[in-house]
Amino acid sequence: LKCTEKYICCLSFQSKSDIISTVEFNHTGELLATGDKGGRVVIFQREQESKNQVHRRGEYNVYSTFQSHEPEFDYLKSLEIEEKINKIRWLPQQNAAYFLLSTNDKTVKLWKVSERDKRPEGYNLKDEEGRLRDPATITTLRVPVLRPMDLMVEATPRRVFANAHTYHINSISVNSDYETYMSADDLRINLWNFEITNQSFNIVDIKPANMEELTEVITAAEFHPHHCNTFVYSSSKGTIRLCDMRASALCDRHTKFFEEPEDPSNRSFFSEIISSISDVKFSHSGRYIMTRDYLTVKVWDLNMENRPIETYQVHDYLRSKLCSLYENDCIFDKFECVWNGSDSVIMTGSYNNFFRMFDRNTKRDVTLEASRENSKPRAILKPRKVCVGGKRRKDEISVDSLDFSKKILHTAWHPSENIIAVAATNNLYIFQDKVN
Amino acid sequence: MFARGLKRKCVGHEEDVEGALAGLKTVSSYSLQRQSLLDMSLVKLQLCHMLVEPNLCRSVLIANTVRQIQEEMTQDGTWRTVAPQAAGRAPLDRLVSTEILCRAAWEQEGAHPAPGLGDGHTQGPVSDLCPVTSVQAPRHPQSSVWEMGGPRENRGSFHKSLDQIFETLETKNPSCMEELFSDVDSPYYDLDTVLTGMMGGARPGPCEGLEGLAPATPGPSSSCKSDLGELDHVVEILVET
Repeated sequence: LKCTEKYICCLSFQSKSDIISTVEFNHTGELLATGDKGGRVVIFQREQESKNQVHRRGEYNVYSTFQSHEPEFDYLKSLEIEEKINKIRWLPQQNAAYFLLSTNDKTVKLWKVSERDKRPEGYNLKDEEGRLRDPATITTLRVPVLRPMDLMVEATPRRVFANAHTYHINSISVNSDYETYMSADDLRINLWNFEITNQSFNIVDIKPANMEELTEVITAAEFHPHHCNTFVYSSSKGTIRLCDMRASALCDRHTKFFEEPEDPSNRSFFSEIISSISDVKFSHSGRYIMTRDYLTVKVWDLNMENRPIETYQVHDYLRSKLCSLYENDCIFDKFECVWNGSDSVIMTGSYNNFFRMFDRNTKRDVTLEASRENSKPRAILKPRKVCVGGKRRKDEISVDSLDFSKKILHTAWHPSENIIAVAATNNLYIFQDKVN
Repeated sequence: MFARGLKRKCVGHEEDVEGALAGLKTVSSYSLQRQSLLDMSLVKLQLCHMLVEPNLCRSVLIANTVRQIQEEMTQDGTWRTVAPQAAGRAPLDRLVSTEILCRAAWEQEGAHPAPGLGDGHTQGPVSDLCPVTSVQAPRHPQSSVWEMGGPRENRGSFHKSLDQIFETLETKNPSCMEELFSDVDSPYYDLDTVLTGMMGGARPGPCEGLEGLAPATPGPSSSCKSDLGELDHVVEILVET
């Protein structure tokens, strides 16, 4: 799988009004879920490949849409709680139904998505419209039979995990035991059992006794893909802590601490802000973690804590613009990062609807653009280039022309194929590699 | 406290306008921009308080930035920075010369001899960069007010909120963030205490009955009802304690 493969657009979907806030493939890649700022979840399903059209790979169509979260009001603080979906995580499929976790700032919900293609008909006590019959008119016994109906996909909330977070939830992660999951907010991480909604274990708490002493927050957290006792969490100071839940009930003391020493020659007032980690992801193998800070993506080996093994520059040309980006708040944008199925390529977003892929083996990288103009069906994505100075070539775009309102914060990669989903504001694009 | 004696009105007294501008360019671009960064950060923190629910990560990062600026300004009394030529940009433009602020601190010290500076009036080699107390001969007599040789206490006319922040700094030693965070504090504390009591309780959650619900997405009323239920319970706890 190389990042220099050509990608073509196979879906472009525009949400009714809202900014897409999370994108996630399920474990087989058959389903893709998106959450948006309006609390809605839209699930896409990949078409089964038909024998007739074997040259056309399965495309994604809308499968289910439902309202996951509604705006709420916190009476104690007199503040509104946004319905925006911060994260969606799928559970592995164990029966015919699909299960996913979706969360806003305060509440995590477990949703069951299932198909119904039969309905019972012929009730004894009810008529066809469901009204009760007069018992006096019933003279025979009838057993309802299941008859086929048009396929209906329904989403039902099976669990609601509420009231466990004072601060805003930024991450959820399903454990490899499939019985527990964690939710992380700015200062605490809680461990839940899927069956129990009225209790959670607090496993990390970095809230200082005196809030005025607060200088660091939790920015992301994730369970190890194979070891159900291990998880990592990242901080606003650019550090990653790996914790082992077997060590103690409260994992305030980390097992490993990953931090790159600061380069003193590069220090500025913005050094800390740009070192804040916005996303942390284990590789599928579980041997590496990837972190995203404002200007770079870094790959760390779990066995080496003192520095990353790889650093990739996402948009280093922004380094001289940090003050302006601080003024317009862009410096606080939280970009996510993803691994491909084989952990050989990593992808992350940037501004101007650009997103970047880095091939860890060949060390090649590419910049692509997700926009309506460039994403006609089956059109091949053209690599883009930002001109950092000197003479601008024909197809290049200069740094000063970049549109900072068009940011790609959320992307997803199919677990085994070269299919990627990119969220650009309220548009979702799915690209797959070109098959000759 | 502001050791450099930053008197903006002194600019008006400058006879040699060209010399003053050159003085501004070479000496104060960095401090002016640092000042504007500080002002901007304070405004951002105030905005945080007006937002519906402040983003804690952003607030903490901004507060840390303010702390850094404050620390540097405190140590600054003995620094004499020669800002590199800002390539012809108007030095009083607040945020145009972002380049200077984004440069590393050691570069600010004039380790790069700026081309065309005439006297080549830089601070000297990088090795001399630790806080320097000796006063070097000023290039222009008037520019001495911008340098550390000048009166150390001259605050000039400051942004009001900055004054308050620094006063806070002088009198109490925890961070100047105390006031800024104080509004944010209390609701979190209260809710926190309450939640700690609630979290481990055997009280049935509001959603025990969900399993038996008909397959329909719950309307907004159900979540509001559970909130009200929580509210009653919480008020009980607060009143008891």
